[in-house]
Amino acid sequence: MINTVVEQFPALIVTTGVFSAFTILILGLLSRKICYYIVLIVTAFHFILSIFTLQHVLTKGRIHYWFGGWRPPWGIEYVVDELNAYSLIVILFLGLLGIIFAKRSVEKEIEERKLPTFYTVMQLLISGCCGVVVTGDVFNLFVLAEVASLSTYALIAIAGGKALRASYNYLILGSIAICFYLLGIGFLYAVTGTLNMIDMRIILQNLYENKMVHVGFVLVLVGLGIKAAVFPLHTWQPDAYTYAPSAVTLIMSTVVAKTFVYALIRLIFSVFTVNFLELYINAWNLVPWLMGVAIIVASILAYRQNNIKRMLAYSSIVNVAYIVLGISFFNSQWSLSGALVNILNHAVAKGCAFAAVGAIVYKTGIKDVGALAGLANKMPYTSGALLISMLTLIGIPPSAGFVTKFYLAIGCLEMQNYLMLAIILLGTLLTLAYFLRVIEQLYFREGNSTQKEEVPFSMLAPTMFLAILCLAIGIFWLTGIPLEFLKKSITSMGVIFR
Amino acid sequence: MNPILGELTPFVAVLTPAIASLLILISYKNPNIRETWTILATIVTFTLVFSMVPKILDGETMEFVLFEIIPGIEFAFKVDAFGMIFAITSSSLWILVSLYSIGYMRSLEEHAQTRYYFCFAWAIASALGVAFSKNLITLFVFYEILTICTHPLVAHEESEEALAAGRKYLLYLMTSGSFLLAATMITYVLVGSTDFKAGGILSLDSASEIFLQLLFVCYILGFMKAAYMPFHSWLPTAMIAPTPVSALLHAVAVVKAGVFGVVRIICYIYGIELTSSLGLGIMLAAWVSFTVIVANMLAIGEDNFKRRLAYSTINQLSFIILGVSLLSPMAIMGAMMHITFHGYMKITLFLCAGAIAVVTGKKLVSELSGVGKQMPVTVFAFTIGAVGMSGLPPVAGFIGKWYICLGAVQSAEIFNQPIFLTFILVVIIASILDIIYLLPIVKSAFFENPKEEIENKEFGRRLYFFMLVPLSITAIFSVILFIFPDIFSLIELAEVAVDEIYE
Repeated sequence: MINTVVEQFPALIVTTGVFSAFTILILGLLSRKICYYIVLIVTAFHFILSIFTLQHVLTKGRIHYWFGGWRPPWGIEYVVDELNAYSLIVILFLGLLGIIFAKRSVEKEIEERKLPTFYTVMQLLISGCCGVVVTGDVFNLFVLAEVASLSTYALIAIAGGKALRASYNYLILGSIAICFYLLGIGFLYAVTGTLNMIDMRIILQNLYENKMVHVGFVLVLVGLGIKAAVFPLHTWQPDAYTYAPSAVTLIMSTVVAKTFVYALIRLIFSVFTVNFLELYINAWNLVPWLMGVAIIVASILAYRQNNIKRMLAYSSIVNVAYIVLGISFFNSQWSLSGALVNILNHAVAKGCAFAAVGAIVYKTGIKDVGALAGLANKMPYTSGALLISMLTLIGIPPSAGFVTKFYLAIGCLEMQNYLMLAIILLGTLLTLAYFLRVIEQLYFREGNSTQKEEVPFSMLAPTMFLAILCLAIGIFWLTGIPLEFLKKSITSMGVIFR
Repeated sequence: MNPILGELTPFVAVLTPAIASLLILISYKNPNIRETWTILATIVTFTLVFSMVPKILDGETMEFVLFEIIPGIEFAFKVDAFGMIFAITSSSLWILVSLYSIGYMRSLEEHAQTRYYFCFAWAIASALGVAFSKNLITLFVFYEILTICTHPLVAHEESEEALAAGRKYLLYLMTSGSFLLAATMITYVLVGSTDFKAGGILSLDSASEIFLQLLFVCYILGFMKAAYMPFHSWLPTAMIAPTPVSALLHAVAVVKAGVFGVVRIICYIYGIELTSSLGLGIMLAAWVSFTVIVANMLAIGEDNFKRRLAYSTINQLSFIILGVSLLSPMAIMGAMMHITFHGYMKITLFLCAGAIAVVTGKKLVSELSGVGKQMPVTVFAFTIGAVGMSGLPPVAGFIGKWYICLGAVQSAEIFNQPIFLTFILVVIIASILDIIYLLPIVKSAFFENPKEEIENKEFGRRLYFFMLVPLSITAIFSVILFIFPDIFSLIELAEVAVDEIYE
C-alpha cells in the first residue's frame, strides 16, 4: 500500500508545487505575510517526500509514473532512479535552506509590494527544477526547464538596477540555450519518433551513425551547457550571480545550477549512451581538455575579482568544470563518482558561501573583498561559516571538497591522464590563492569596529547548518558507506564497467 | 602494562588535542580556564602516548581502523616503533612548550590568543595523526590539516610581513601537499594499497625503473616540510611567528612531519632494497648533503637570531634525511633517534631566543653581548643546546651524529661502495660550521660587556618562570638523553623499528 503511495510522490511534488505557486499569488492579495510561509511549508513537505522517494528507490527499485495512466511512449512518464532521487533531495534540501534564509534577506532587499510575486516565482522555480529532475520525457524536460528559467530571469530582475541588464543577458542567452535544446530534441524526434527517454535510448542504438543524431547531440549538449554555465558557455553567469538578490543567488547557484548539470548527465548517459560516446571518442576526448582549460582560466578570473559574489560565481564555473570533467572520463567509476559527489558537495559548499556573503551584505552592505577587513570580530559565526565553506571549496581534507578531488584524482590516473591530475591539483592551489585573499581580510586585518553584530537567527541557522554539513558530508563520503549507492547510481545512468 | 584504552588509544590520543581545541574556543572569555584546557590536554595526550610504549617494545603493533574510504584504502591508525618516536617527541615537548606559551604570550600581551591556542592544539593533533597513520592517505589528511592550521600561527602578527610569510608558507606547503596526493594516488593505482609496511609495498614489478624514480622525486617534493634546499626558504620566513610556534612547530612537529614522511617512504613504501637498487639512496644523500653544508654557511651570515636557528634546523633536518638515505641499519637508527634529540636541543635554543627577546627585546645576534650576565640561567641552557647541536658530548646530539657516521661506514661495507665514507666528511664539516655560528653567540653573551647597565633580569618576574622552567627542563633533558638515551625507551624503539625494516 505504502509503496504505491510513494510512487505518486514525484508527480505530487511537481504538481502541488506548481499549484501552490498560484495559491500564493491569490492569497498574496489578502496577506503578504502568508506567502512566505506557504513556500516554506510546501518545500519542507516536498523535501520529506523526496526522502521517501529515495528510500523507495533504494529498497524497491526504480519508480515509473505514467501521467494520466497513458502508457509511454504516448503519455508522459516520470522515471525516478538513484540519480534522480539523489538530485531531487539535493535540490529540495538546498531549496528549503535557501527559503529559510530568504525571509529576512528579501525583506531588506526587495520592496514589500513585490513579495507575493517574488514568492510565487520562487515556488515556480523550485517546482520547475524538481520537474526537470524527475521527468523521463525530453519534451517535458524542455517545458519544465522553461518554467525554471523564466522564473530565474524574473527573480534576478526583481533587484532592479544593474540586475536588469544581467537578467536581460541571461534571458537572451538562456533563450538561445533552450532553443538549441528544443532544436536538438526536434532532430532526435525526427529520426526516432519518440520523446520518451528510455524509448529514445532503445531506438537510437541503431542510429548512432545518423547525421541527424549527431546534430541533435551537439545541440542538446550546447543548450544544456549554456544553462549549466559550462565553460566557455558561462558568460551570463557571473553577472547574474553578482546582481541578483542574495537569496536568489543562493538558490540559483545551488538549485538551478545543479538541475541543469543533472539534465546534462541524464541526456548524455541515459538517452545517448556510453556506446555512442565511445563511437566518437576522439571528438569526445576534447571535453576533458576543455574542462582543464576551464579550471585554470576560471580560477585566474576568480583571482582577479574584487566583488566577492563574482569571485564565488567564477568558482562555481570551476566546480561545474570538475563535474563535467568527471563525466567525461566515463570509463572510470571513480571519475563518475567524483562528478556525482560534487553535485552535493558543491551545492552545500557554495550554498554556505553565498549564504554567508548574503548575511554579510545584509548586515554591512559590503560587497568588495577589500572592505571585509576585520569582519571576523564583528560577525564571528558568519565569518566562520564562510571560512569553512572556502576551505571546502579548496578541498582541504576531510571536507566534502576533498572527496571530489580525491575521486577525480583516482579517475584521472585510471585513465592514465597525468596532465589532467596536475591540472586538478593546480586548480586546488589557484582556489587557495583567491580565497586566501578573502580569508586574510576576514581574519588577519584590523577592522573599524569590534562590536559584535550577527544576522538574525533565520539567516544564521541555515548558514551554520550548511557549514557543519560541509565537514559532515565529507566525512560521510569518506566512511565508504555511500560507495554502494554511488555504484548503483552510476549503473542506473547506464554505465556498465568491464 | 597495557595501553590505557586498548586499541582505541592512538585514536583518542589524536582526538584529545582536537577536542581540547574546541574547549579552548568555547572558553575564550576566561584565559585561565582556556589555558587549563591546554595543559590538561597536553598531560592526557602524553600519558596516552606513553602508555603504548611497552606494547610496542614487545614488537607488537596496534591498529585501529576507523573506516574504509575506498577498497584498499582505510582511514586507520597504526602504532609502530618509528611512529612512537615521533609521537613521544611531539607530545612530551608540547607539555613544556604550552607552559612556555603562557609565559610568552602573556608577557607580550599578544592579541588573538584564543586563535593561537586553538591552532596550536590542532597542529599537535595532526602531528600525532601523522605519527600514527596506517597508510599514506591518512597521513595526507593530517599533513594537510597541519599545513592549514599552522598558517594562522605564522601570520599571527597580522603585519604585512607576517601575511606575506603566511602566503609563502601556504604556497610552498600546499604545493607540496599536491605532489604528495598525486604520488599517493599513483601508488594506489599501481599496487592497490598505500599501507606502510616494513620492507615496502612497491617493487620493480609494479612499474618501470624510471617511473619509480620519478615517483620518488614526486614523493620527496611532497614532503617539502622537511625544508631541504632549494625549497627551504619558507622556513626562515616563517620565523616571524611567535617563538613557541617556531620552537615546537617549526623545529619539531611540522618540519619533522616532513622528515618522518621521507623515512616512511624510503623504509615503508619503497623498502631498503628497492631504494638502493634504484640508486635513490645515494642520490638523495648527495642532494641533502648539499643542504647540510650550505644551510650552515647561510646560518653564519644571518644576524636575526631566530632565522639563524631556522637555518640550523634546515641543516639538521637534512642531516636526518642523510642518515636515512645511507640505508644502513646504524644510520637509520641514528636518524630516528636524532628526531628526538634534535627536537629537545633545538627547542631549548628557540625557547632561549624567545626568552631573551621577551626580557630584553633583543632579536639580533649582534645585540646579544653581555646578555649572559643579565640572564645567566637562560644563556647557560642555550650553551647546552648549542654544544649539542654541534655534536659534542655530553649532549644528546653527539649520539645521533655518532650513529650516522657509523652508519656511513656500515653502508660502505654493505654496498661495497667506499664513496659512502665521504658522508662522514660532510658530517664533520657541518659540525664545525655548527660550532662557528652557535658558540660565538655564547661567547659574546657571557664574556663581552654590554653597552648598557648590567643587572640580573631573570628573577622577580612572575610570568618569567613559565618560560624559565620549560627551557631549563629541555636543556637538562638534552644532557640526560646523552647519559641515559633510553629514558623514553628511545634506543629500544629505534632498534625495534630497524629490526622490522631489515627483517
